[in-house]
Amino acid sequence: MAKRATKAAAGDPKDNAEDYLRMYRQMVRIRAFEDQANQLYLSAKMPGLTHMYSGQEAVAVGICEALEVTDRITSTHRGHGHCVAKGAEFKEMFCELLGRAEGYCRGKGGSMHIADQSNGNLGANAIVGGSMGIATGSALRAKLQGAEDVTVCFFGDGATAQGLWYEVMNMAALWKLPVIYACENNGYSEYTRTAEIAAGEIRKRAEAFGIESFTVDGQDVLAVNRLARDLVGRARRGEGPFFVELETYRYHGHHVGDINRDYYRARDEEAEWKSLRDPIVNFGKWLEAEGVASAEELVAIGQAVEEDAAEAVAYALEAPYPPGEEVDMHVFAGVPHALAYIDGAKA
Amino acid sequence: MSEKTFRAALNEALHQEMAANPDVVVFGEDVTGGLGGDGEEDAWGGAFGVTKGLLAAYGRDRVLDTPISESAFVGAAGGAALTGLRPVVEIMFVDFIGVCLDQVMNQAAKFRYMFGGKARTPMVLRATFGAGARSASQHSQALYPIFTHIPGLKVVIPATPHDAKGLLIEAIRDDDPVIFLENKMLYDVTGEVPDQSYTVPFGEARVVREGGDATIIAFGRMVGRAEDAAKTLAKEGIDVTIVDPRTTSPLDTETILEFAEETGRVVVVDEANPRCGMAADIAALIAEEAFDALKAPILKVTPPHTPVPYAPELEDAYLPDAARIADAVRRVTQH
Ligand SMILES: Cc1ncc(C[n+]2csc(CCOP(=O)(O)OP(=O)(O)O)c2C)c(N)n1
Ligand SMILES: [Mg+2]
Repeated sequence: MAKRATKAAAGDPKDNAEDYLRMYRQMVRIRAFEDQANQLYLSAKMPGLTHMYSGQEAVAVGICEALEVTDRITSTHRGHGHCVAKGAEFKEMFCELLGRAEGYCRGKGGSMHIADQSNGNLGANAIVGGSMGIATGSALRAKLQGAEDVTVCFFGDGATAQGLWYEVMNMAALWKLPVIYACENNGYSEYTRTAEIAAGEIRKRAEAFGIESFTVDGQDVLAVNRLARDLVGRARRGEGPFFVELETYRYHGHHVGDINRDYYRARDEEAEWKSLRDPIVNFGKWLEAEGVASAEELVAIGQAVEEDAAEAVAYALEAPYPPGEEVDMHVFAGVPHALAYIDGAKA
Repeated sequence: MSEKTFRAALNEALHQEMAANPDVVVFGEDVTGGLGGDGEEDAWGGAFGVTKGLLAAYGRDRVLDTPISESAFVGAAGGAALTGLRPVVEIMFVDFIGVCLDQVMNQAAKFRYMFGGKARTPMVLRATFGAGARSASQHSQALYPIFTHIPGLKVVIPATPHDAKGLLIEAIRDDDPVIFLENKMLYDVTGEVPDQSYTVPFGEARVVREGGDATIIAFGRMVGRAEDAAKTLAKEGIDVTIVDPRTTSPLDTETILEFAEETGRVVVVDEANPRCGMAADIAALIAEEAFDALKAPILKVTPPHTPVPYAPELEDAYLPDAARIADAVRRVTQH
């Protein structure tokens, strides 16, 4: 397995400058990606809807920076952040959001099904909790094949209400699978507070299966990364599975069209998270305070990323759509056009 | 070549594919036989004995008993397939698909298309189906039309021990999710089955017999009943062709249409419920593509549109039998 030289552990922060700056940059990339995606929606250039990851960047980045390319993740309807953090490129992502042929899924999946097999992203999922079985199966495969890779299953607080989670936790615990169930608790499922739909403590549900469980500040990328590196290493050594609840917040509405949110959450609450607990701002301040980067350097990172994003959007807007004949392609292996049955079975 | 049961043919297919390919793993409820200790070599091997001996031969790294969590282990089969294994999972009764359909319908079936052709999901979901065992409404259904309706799934319904083995080996080697449906009433049926490994390709119907007066298209256990009907009809001077499509997805439309046109009279026998079922699907296909050759309306012989009843009297009335099939053939030939 190709090891990435991640040492971002103890010692002088400056020794780990490269890792820290990569984490910072990845968080900034997610934010920039989402800002562009939001604009594409608001200017009616994007088909359908999309769910913004803004505010939760430290979760995806803290965890994915602890993973190798060969490690796998499964993602959710709010999946752009996971995709970027696992190594995806802007161009292919924007092309997918805009339904273009060069998209990661040739325009067949869109925002809610974006997948990037080359970097181990097994795919977003538009069924809440739908990927829990897939992630567990990926970990089962690793164990049965004696492979070293670990699978991280991202899901929201709302998904903890799905029965599948309890089935897979039981199985993963019985079989000691190298899987980490990462619950991004952003306080809401759609327009409903978590407290209204979750009885008791979520973490205790995992503990009931004998799964070692953790709660971490999901706005603190270093805390997330420290925990993730520890758990990924332990999972590789056969000590999994693990459960992590990451306390976080989504800045936008449930989806891009959810603009007036007053009826279900207070503006003060949003303002507080944004002004006091922003993962990018706070990590930037820390980097400056520790002398890892200057304010100017951080601004320069932001500008470069924004340029990249704008360029990728411009590219995607001009990129060709898949030709209509692709509609019945990619249904079965080795079958170029699967609808032959419907028209012209008998030419 | 020797005489084997349908069950033994399936078991042989599993043994041979597990021996041939280390990526093939088997999991499901009680598949090791339910035993965790001594004597496991002799364990029964699944509720129907199809996985017998696999644990002893291939060990716990490749043969796993799961909790009664169909969503979890069918979902896990999808994830394992997506990342490099070839899982063969067993759902004891296809009726139980109700608790895990999402993992089949929205997940495994969709990966290849939804991800733009960049994913591969080589998994087999084996399940028993069919009425006749006095098992009532939740253990007797023939749900293959539901699976056939879902793009991305291949659906296999073997009617003979020979086809059971060849189709299962083909299913395991296939790169798409395959729903492999075993009629539980056929497990003890015997037939000639080659000892060596072989495949029966998907989408190629078997022409069971040929006769010029009418064409019967039948699936699974209904093929045998059609053959019984054919014997009766032969005595009356009515000679029928029987086509067993073997897979409903892909469907061998060519063979179906060829014989529909040749005889101009068609009876479709389906163990599934009639609304939106395979009989209706095939009748529509023939009506659309071979209308000019038809000499009589296409008749469907199916159960009533009800759940499967328990009482033997009722269940026997539910399933199409040779008499009903023969009657339908007489009607199309006299039209
Ligand atoms: C099975 C299923 N039920 C309902 C929905 C509709 N839905 C989409 S996202 C969502 C809320 C999910 O909340 P959570 O898991 O907390 O994720 P978040 O949106 O907060 O990231 C719901 C109810 C769905 N997509 N799938
Ligand atoms: Mg949530």
